[in-house]
Amino acid sequence: MNEHSFFAYLAVCAGVTYLVRLLPLVLIKKKITNRFLLSFLHYMPYAVLSVMTVPACFYATGSVLSAAVGFCAALFLAFKGKGLLPVAAGAAAAVFVTELLTEYVLPMI
Amino acid sequence: MKKNDFLKGLADGLPICFGYISVAFAFGISTVSAGLGVIEAVLISMTNVTSAGQLAAVPIIAAGGTLVEMAASQLVINLRYSLMSVSLSQKLDKGVSLLHRAVIAFVNTDEVFAVASAQKGSVSKYYMYGLILTPYLGWSLGTLLGAVAGDVLPGVVTSALGIAIYGMFVAVVVPAAKQSKATALCVVFAMGLSCLFRFVPALSAVPEGFVIIICAVSASAVFALAKPVEISETEVCADE
Repeated sequence: MNEHSFFAYLAVCAGVTYLVRLLPLVLIKKKITNRFLLSFLHYMPYAVLSVMTVPACFYATGSVLSAAVGFCAALFLAFKGKGLLPVAAGAAAAVFVTELLTEYVLPMI
Repeated sequence: MKKNDFLKGLADGLPICFGYISVAFAFGISTVSAGLGVIEAVLISMTNVTSAGQLAAVPIIAAGGTLVEMAASQLVINLRYSLMSVSLSQKLDKGVSLLHRAVIAFVNTDEVFAVASAQKGSVSKYYMYGLILTPYLGWSLGTLLGAVAGDVLPGVVTSALGIAIYGMFVAVVVPAAKQSKATALCVVFAMGLSCLFRFVPALSAVPEGFVIIICAVSASAVFALAKPVEISETEVCADE
């Protein structure tokens, strides 16, 4: 940290991040009516979240196996119509149990 | 009405808050171990409110990188937020003023955006303020706890918390995919593209931030052309 002060880094980092979020939200005030754009915006949130989830979520825990079990648990609960918190908690619980089993229980058998 | 909107937002924000405490905790630990101070770690979280961007920023600060490098990395990693802000601009009540938009934009994270998108009809500023309040506090507090308390959680616990955020994404995407076959196909298509960029050697060099934009934009554009939604259907969403 010799060339710039921490606050110079902080200002650039936070400034760029904020502008990226701010500009579209304050510049686009009208309702979009173009059918292609409306359709694009309809699909976009789900596409973004899908891209961020797969395959990254399989590397978010201690092992690909436990992550896969957690992901399947989330899918199952979401298909059952559960809300955000139960799905997230269920996935975390599934990962927890899987890792306990594979790390501590199975080696003892 | 205002109060109900706020309370509904507050309730919807709580799961995000819990998820953030754990993710921010991990950020706090790694930031301090990279050589930054506790206050610096908390300041980064309070001013950026984004996981991936912050994780990329810390090594640049620690290594004394250039400001250009910092700006470029943040732009690439966080460019997806501009897509989300475009979408959110259509989701907010027409009457939401510039000042309120500027505040809401500051905490337009992946998860806040996901939950706001999942609401039926448009959302009021009261709902948005309720929604962003606890995640922002959780993100800041989690960073502080991680930076101060360090490695107190056993590995199995932090590992399990690592999947929580993705569980929330699944909970947002699945109901929409269940409702519309075209959305389901779009989701699978987007995941397929994302896997290509991860596993095909020539493509895996593309920075993560670009991958998200390229895959999400192409999947949405392909399906907007192939399966355009009925205007009335989206108007219900946009103007209700």
